[in-house]
Amino acid sequence: MSAVIHEDHHHDGPPAGFKRWLYSTNHKDIGTMYLIFALVMLFIGGGMAMIIRAELFMPGIQIVNPDLYNNLLTDHALIMIFGMVMPAAAGMANWMIPMMIGAPDMALPRMNNMSFWLLPAAAILLLSSLLVQFIPGTGVPINTGWTLYPPLSVQTGMGMDLLIFSVHLLGISSIMASINIVTTILNMRAPGMPFMKMPLFVWAWLFTGLLLIIVMPVLAGGVTMLLFDRHFGTSFFDAAGGGDPVLFQHLFWFFGHPEVYVLLLPSIGVLGLVIPTFSRKPLFGYKPLVFFMGFLFALGLVVWAHHQYTIGMSLGATTYFMIGTILISIPIGLMLFNFIFTMWRGSLTFETPMLFGIAIILMFAFAGVTGVMLAVVPADLQYHDSYFVVAHFHYALIPGAVFGLYAGVFYWLPKWTGHMYNEKQGKIFFWWTTLSFNLTFFPQHFSGLAGMPRRIVDYNIQYIEFNQISSIGGFLFGLSHLLFLYIIIKTVKGGEKAADKPWEGAQIGTPGLEWTLPSPPPFHSFTTPPQIK
Amino acid sequence: MSKSKSFLATLSAFLLTLIASPAYADYVFNLPEPVAPLTSQIYDLHMLTTKIATIIMVIVIGIVTYTILKFRKSNGSEADQNFHKGAFGTWSWILVPVIVLGIDLTIAGSATDALKQIEDYSQKNDVTVKVTGSQWKWTYEYMDDDVRIVSNMLSKEEAGDNYLRAVDNPLVLPVNKRIRFLHTASDVLHAWWVPQIVYKKDSIPGYINETWTKIEKEGTYRGQCAEICGTGHAFMPIVVEAVSEDKYNAWMAEKKSAMAAASAEAASDKTWTMDELMSRGEKVYNTNCIACHQVTGEGVPGVFPALKGGKIATGPVAGHMDIVMNGSSKNPVMAAWAGALNDLELAALITYERNAWGNNTGDVVQPSDIKSARK
Ligand code: HEM
Ligand SMILES: [Cu+2]
Repeated sequence: MSAVIHEDHHHDGPPAGFKRWLYSTNHKDIGTMYLIFALVMLFIGGGMAMIIRAELFMPGIQIVNPDLYNNLLTDHALIMIFGMVMPAAAGMANWMIPMMIGAPDMALPRMNNMSFWLLPAAAILLLSSLLVQFIPGTGVPINTGWTLYPPLSVQTGMGMDLLIFSVHLLGISSIMASINIVTTILNMRAPGMPFMKMPLFVWAWLFTGLLLIIVMPVLAGGVTMLLFDRHFGTSFFDAAGGGDPVLFQHLFWFFGHPEVYVLLLPSIGVLGLVIPTFSRKPLFGYKPLVFFMGFLFALGLVVWAHHQYTIGMSLGATTYFMIGTILISIPIGLMLFNFIFTMWRGSLTFETPMLFGIAIILMFAFAGVTGVMLAVVPADLQYHDSYFVVAHFHYALIPGAVFGLYAGVFYWLPKWTGHMYNEKQGKIFFWWTTLSFNLTFFPQHFSGLAGMPRRIVDYNIQYIEFNQISSIGGFLFGLSHLLFLYIIIKTVKGGEKAADKPWEGAQIGTPGLEWTLPSPPPFHSFTTPPQIK
Repeated sequence: MSKSKSFLATLSAFLLTLIASPAYADYVFNLPEPVAPLTSQIYDLHMLTTKIATIIMVIVIGIVTYTILKFRKSNGSEADQNFHKGAFGTWSWILVPVIVLGIDLTIAGSATDALKQIEDYSQKNDVTVKVTGSQWKWTYEYMDDDVRIVSNMLSKEEAGDNYLRAVDNPLVLPVNKRIRFLHTASDVLHAWWVPQIVYKKDSIPGYINETWTKIEKEGTYRGQCAEICGTGHAFMPIVVEAVSEDKYNAWMAEKKSAMAAASAEAASDKTWTMDELMSRGEKVYNTNCIACHQVTGEGVPGVFPALKGGKIATGPVAGHMDIVMNGSSKNPVMAAWAGALNDLELAALITYERNAWGNNTGDVVQPSDIKSARK
């Protein structure tokens, strides 16, 4: 595929000073801000994980008291999900989608500005919800875990209110970002790019955006009802007042389960570009992939109660949720199958993004099979709320979401910065994270089976070996991210000049237009629509 | 497992076990040995899905390894640009879902029998125990015998290697009897989980969940609260003693006569001395209050108020009796104890709190005071 680009030389460059960022309506600048925000949050959330692993290195309470421990655990999850993965994925969408589909910018640039700038405000509220416990008289810290189940979340102190407001802002931000992305994809495609020729990343974000628009309001409603129960005498979730504590769980997971696909899909989209590129061969089964992504989207909306098998549902309801959940393995299996057969009979090279791509296929497949184990109700009545679940979802989320984003970072850094990153350092980073990740989370399957519940600050001595291996792995995993930061900063600052199309196989099979632009692309690209031939 | 095992030895044992699957047999890397029909069935189900999972992973790893060894550019592999257009490319989207669906249905089918048994509430139960989770202890009520026991965590000194998995009063149950558990909670969510004998269902305030088991082997079975329940979530262990029917009956008879004696004592008009009340009060305090207010009476700053020198414990007696009996209106974590403790226990407890840790108010509260306060 080729495109005719109308280079326009009369364009203004970026405005100078802080106004460039504060008032920005430029998709590339906003994308950059999203990515930097995500990187900062990665280190804050990661720092919390380091404290958690340090506390669990030995039995006994050494570093943090039980409430602070649970508060850190809660915030670790919320920061990683809402502060890191979602903004990073939104940053990539901002940067890449207009360039891929040949649009001059996002459809709603001012809203784009606002959806980003709500995030720092939300982050400040979130961090204050943690810090407020150090002021006397603010009540019990948030010791509920990220699921915020009442009645416990009604007992907690002022931190919970700050957290609820933070969730409101995060929700508004991601709904606006999603509306923007969906609108852009629907309306701003260059002539000659029908839906069935969009790069997989664009498809993935279309589904992600729609999912977010559907589920975020439900979470916002749930936490608002919580706020009312806490302060205004309602009893939505209080059985003594005629309410139902389990109702909150349904609202939470109606959001929470689709949310895991929100985290997953953008990374699947990245894989849909990375794997063909380094296999030098078109994506295997593009159409089925798109349709099964839609299947995943639909199925994902109706299986939420598999997180609540233990609440005592009827046999009929339980069976329905079990079968629905097991069926998720069909679209997941098809995705992995198609990625593997994209590599089959290819001409493979193993640059850092591809290494991540292959590792994701293997480790995410593992998350899928433990997911099916968990979906089986009688067995889940044993696994539930044990470390086995912790292991499952870290295998799902770190390879499934985070590593996909890392692959995207390495894949697009040359385009974003105009410089090649150092391939050797990238490979060291890959091996270091992948090995230490497995060292951290693989043993947790066993501590969970042996009976270690999740979210405990102190554990019986029988679990010491598993936890020590996990902690050592965790520290190494954390440390590897300093190298990540170093590589990014170094590539931004300089390095070998990147070609417009730095990867030999890029664009095979996908008509995305990002590689037709210079690296780095001009401040305004595609001011007149390109023609795809 | 002992602490002395060196870390490296463990790591290598761990890796070896992974390679040599027969090690499943020693239950260290697996669910603990099941001792009831349903947990055995769940165990088998778990082994089935584990095996399927392992086979799938072996196949996936095999294909991916072959692919990245065979089709690398450095081997001179050239990309087949039309591969996805062949018959395989055209029809695999049907093939894959059908295979996966087959595996899925096998798994789901094998689960239905266990599921039906879990949800089968039609059988006659020999023993019914109501299990109530509270922050942070378990209360067991034998519904047919009117016996109630409170189970608290043992300290590190008392529990040794079982710390966090040992309690003062275990739940005693007979073997080979169908036992029904009714799960509920008094404050927040909890979950009662003893993997060897029974799967878990949540304890939800205001609702009752049901599980059942039939323990087939005598022994001591341990577990922990599985649903996060606040500050003391890590500190509410569960211990079940499964004994023969005779032993169980003897234990039950003894328990009943002890309880009858205790309530007779509480109801008597006797006027108790300060010393008697103090020593009884200490016991009541240590079973019910230390989770929050601590042995030292100092509480946890900013979270649980100190009783030592505290405003209420050294203030007017009536206010002290009110908060202990009726709970706190400001903080729901402080429960109402009037229902759970009898007159003597309450009197002793309040006397103890007013005079321990140097509070020395000299006040003595008698069971008769509590009796009149109850009206
Ligand atoms: C074949 C696909 C999958 C199946 C059948 C599956 C099934 C399950 C089940 C049944 C649970 C509940 C376990 C419990 O709490 O007892 C669970 C938890 C979880 N799964 Fe999956 N899963 C799958 C894939 C994924 C994917 C793709 C992601 C995300 C990218 C994911 C993320 C999570 C998370 C975050 C949790 C735990 C949430 C929490 O309790 O805090 N899973 N999964
Ligand atoms: Cu889910």
